[in-house]
Order: sequence, then structure tokens, then C-alpha cells
Amino acid sequence: MLFNAFSFLLSAFSSDTHRYMTVKNKRLDLSYSQMKWETIFRRILITMSVIMLLIVIGVLITLIVQSMPSIKTLGIGYLWGKVWDPVNNIYGAWPFLIGTLLTSFTALIISIPFSYAIAIYLGEYNPKGWLSNLLKNTIELIAAVPSIIYGFWALFVLVPIVRNFEMKIHVAPYGVGIFSASLVLAVMIIPYAASLGTSLIRMVPSPLKEGAYALGATRFEVIRSVILPYTRSGLFAGILLSLGRALGETMAVTVLIGNTSTIAPKFLDLFFGPGNTMASVIANEFAEADHTLYLSALIELGLVLFFVTVIINLIGKRIITRYSK
Amino acid sequence: MDARLGLRNTKSILFKAVIIFFAFVITIPLIIVLLYIIKQGVMQVNWHFLTHIPAPEGETGGGIANALVGSVIIVAMSSIVAIPVGMLAGIYLSENPGTRLAYWSGLCVDILQGVPSIVVGIVVYFWIVKPIGFSAVSGSIALAIMMLPIVIRSTEQTLLLLPPSLKEAALSLGVPYHRVILKVIVPCGFAGILSGIILSIARIIGETAPLLFTALGSNLFSTNITKPMESLPHLIFTYATSPYDDQHDLAWGASFILLMFVLLLNIFTKLITRKWNIQL
Repeated sequence: MLFNAFSFLLSAFSSDTHRYMTVKNKRLDLSYSQMKWETIFRRILITMSVIMLLIVIGVLITLIVQSMPSIKTLGIGYLWGKVWDPVNNIYGAWPFLIGTLLTSFTALIISIPFSYAIAIYLGEYNPKGWLSNLLKNTIELIAAVPSIIYGFWALFVLVPIVRNFEMKIHVAPYGVGIFSASLVLAVMIIPYAASLGTSLIRMVPSPLKEGAYALGATRFEVIRSVILPYTRSGLFAGILLSLGRALGETMAVTVLIGNTSTIAPKFLDLFFGPGNTMASVIANEFAEADHTLYLSALIELGLVLFFVTVIINLIGKRIITRYSK
Repeated sequence: MDARLGLRNTKSILFKAVIIFFAFVITIPLIIVLLYIIKQGVMQVNWHFLTHIPAPEGETGGGIANALVGSVIIVAMSSIVAIPVGMLAGIYLSENPGTRLAYWSGLCVDILQGVPSIVVGIVVYFWIVKPIGFSAVSGSIALAIMMLPIVIRSTEQTLLLLPPSLKEAALSLGVPYHRVILKVIVPCGFAGILSGIILSIARIIGETAPLLFTALGSNLFSTNITKPMESLPHLIFTYATSPYDDQHDLAWGASFILLMFVLLLNIFTKLITRKWNIQL
């Protein structure tokens, strides 16, 4: 009787523990699998951001390795060699450096008044309301239109106008060339500096402005002596970002620049005549580069372009991050 | 004293006028370009134009069906690659700010954002075209690389804006980390991520330079992704620089279609950001 009761108790207890154990195991299994998924998920996240590193390092290595033949054969003098003649195996990047710098800086100088004006107008005069929204969206739209469309339009509409203008000022009326390319480029790069400038001008603390107003400053004086000094480095960063865009812009420039790899001796002829930029010569000649040195000379241009745009962009970004802190 | 004040006020008003003039005058070129493309393009677009391949050189008629389908295929493939990778990398960057990997990875995103598109084209030429030949796949990879930084940055920015209490609440209920991210954090920031994705598609659909030496382009209708494939921007580039007027007409029509795509995608992004009130 006692034994019976004892065994009953025991069996009850054991079955209970048994049930308890299985439940616990299921829970354990579940949480183990969840934990496994958690680790896998974390690893996937890490892998994805490592991929970004790998892409950039891969780009750099590919460019360097592929331009090795030209770096070895042509040396550093390649960069200021004045003649580009693939048929006779003479390579010099000077025409393209000049072309790139001339188009980019002309475009930049044309664009600066506009991007500053937009930044001041949207940041200070009219930060809210439908008109400012409309203008802001329109400016963003300028950046959204594909560059090939600008190029195509300019080839058929702007180039004849430029040709007329060139006839009036008595230079060779090519129409296409560095000047036309800079005009289109100027419009295309405005949004980058303008939108950054707008947001920076809006961030100027109002006590500063109010203080100036309280001292009797006019609006122009507040802008000149409070807002612009406060945002100077940020606006400069915006211009750098625009410059980075201008240097690397390919399609519109390729269509408009006229593709000549010689440098005209006179500045006016150079400025209004056809030329070539680093990006446009790559776009035009990469497919027809038939021997190693030719190909790798083109890739070295790509490498130079990569370094220059990366440095410009990183300086710009660095200024902005320092600014927003 | 009074005269001086007047002078200063006049100066201020003049300055404002100059600023307003410069700020609004820049919309004129955009409006001219848009109206011109629409005027030239809208006459070309009809059913025949959308369903036929380009006529041989010198003949009238033909359409841009090959480029239309090619563009859609190439952009779809690059989205399939870039969206998951970009979102996950963006999640990593927003979840682990301050780690060494996040710093370098973020730096690489910045670098990638500034790399000229033609350089991406060159690099992908050596990565994919050299081993397997000119193909739509290589074009998509090039575009995916262009697309990644935008997706990553928009994901990161959106997720950083979410209040940390959301994540903390879910974690305190014992929800595993991956479920917190995928079922709580990402759905909350979905609108922002989506608008970033659409914006990036709008950016790459008009990219020509990376496709020049990768997808190459062809005159035939092709859905074979291992063969060269035509795309809208590439078709515009080749036909814009050709001497035939009929090909110019095709290019105007293609520009119109491309422009409409880009405008619609941008308006769509605007609607999303307005509805959910996101700052991008």
C-alpha cells in the first residue's frame, strides 16, 4: 500500500519531469535556432558592408593593374605630353587635362552665381511656401534629367546658337566645343551646390541674424556679414561637390565637345574650338583601342579621374560633416 | 544720415532683386529643354513606335521596342542585385555607427558616390566583359554599382531617424535581433527606403556611360541577358550622333519616353516623401 503510493508518486513525478523536459527542449531548440539566425543575420550585414569595401578596393586595383603598362612605358611625363597620336603610338594626356580643367572651371564659374542665388533665396528670403517648394522641385528636376538628353538637346538647339555667336565674335564657327560643353555642364551642376547651400543657410542660428537686425542692419548686410561668413566653408564644400560632378560628367560633354585631341595655340581658338576631356576621350576611344598601350593609356586617364574626383568629394564631405557637428 | 539709410535700403532691395532674378532665371533652360523634348518627341510616339525595332539606316519608320525592353530588363536586374545588398549594408551602417568597419564602409560609399560613371564602365569591362563578353548582365552590374550608394545612404538616413525606443521595445519583448530589424525597423522606415530606391532607379535609368562598354547595344530585339542589349540612353547616344534624320526622330521619341520615365519616378518619390513626411 505504502509502496504502491510511493510508486504512484514517483511515476507521477517522473512523468511530470518528462513533460517538463520536452517542453523545455522545444523552447531551447527554438531559441537556439533563433540565435543561429541572429548570428547569420549579423554576418550577412557585415558581409554586405565588407562588399562595399571590396568594390572600392577592386575598382582601385583594377584601374592600377590595367594602367600598369602605360605607367611603366610612358612614366609620369605622360601627364604633360602634348601629343596624342595613337596611330604612331605617341601618348600625352595634356590635351585632355586642359580640356577637362577648362570645361569644368568655366562651368563652375558660370554656375556659382546661380547656385549662390538659389541657396540664398531658398535658405533666407523664402524658405517656406508654394513658390519656394516649386523652385526647389524644379532645381531637383535639373539634376534628374539624364545627361544624354541635355547633350542631345544642346547638339540640336544650343550648338547652332553658339555657332552664330562665334561668327559674330570672329572665331572659327565650330559650334561644338569646350564653350558649348561648359554652358550645358554649368546648368547640370547647379543643383548640387544649390541644395547643399540651401540647407546650410537654413541652419544659421536665428539669434545671430536677430542680433544683427537689432543693431540696425539691413537684410543685405545680414546676408553679407552674418550668413555668408557663417556658411562660407559649407558653401565651398557645395562648390567642390559640383566640381566633382563636372570633372566626371561624360555623356553630355562627349556629345558636345567635338572630340579633337590637339591643342589650339591661341586661347580663344582653344576655348571656342573643339577639344576633349578625360571622360569623353575614354568614352570615344575605349572601344577602338586595339593595342595594350593605347588601352592602358586610356585607363590611366580613368585612374587620374578616379583619384581627382575621390579627393575632391572626400574633402567636400569632410567639410560638411565637420559643419554639421 | 537719412540719405545713407536710403542708400542702404536701396542696396538691400537691389540685392534681393538680383538674387531673385538669378534664382529663377535658371529654371528657364530646364523648361526650354523639357518643352523642346516633349514637342519633338510626342509626335514620334505611337503604337508602331513602341512595338517595332529601329529601321535600317536611311529608311523611315521603325521604333524603339528593343531599347525599351532592354532598359527595363537591365534596370530590373541591377535592382535585384543592388536593392538587397544596399538595404542590408545601410542597415549595418545605421545599426553600428562608430565601429571601424562602419567608418571604412561609409567612406567607401562616399567614394563610390563620387566615382565618375565612365570609370565604373571601364572597371566592369575588365571584371565581367573580358571573361564572358559584352552582355546585358555586365551592364546591370555596372548600373548596380552606381545604384548602391544611393540605396545605402537613404536606408541609413531613414533608419537613423527612427526613435530608438521602437527597437528597444521590440528587443525587450524577447524578439530576436533579425526579426526586430526585418519586422519592426524596416517596415517603419519603409517609405523612406522606398523613395531612396525609386530615386536611385530614376538616376540609373538615364545612365549611358557605364553601358557603353558593357551592354554595348544592338539593333535587334533581344531578351537574352548574356548577349549585348540595347537600352534607351544608349540608343539616344548612337542615334543623336548619326547623320540620318530618321534616326534623330527615333532618338527624340526615345528621349521623350526616357524623360517621362524619369519625371514619373521623381514625382512618385515626391508623393511618397510628402505623404510620410520624410526628409531625404
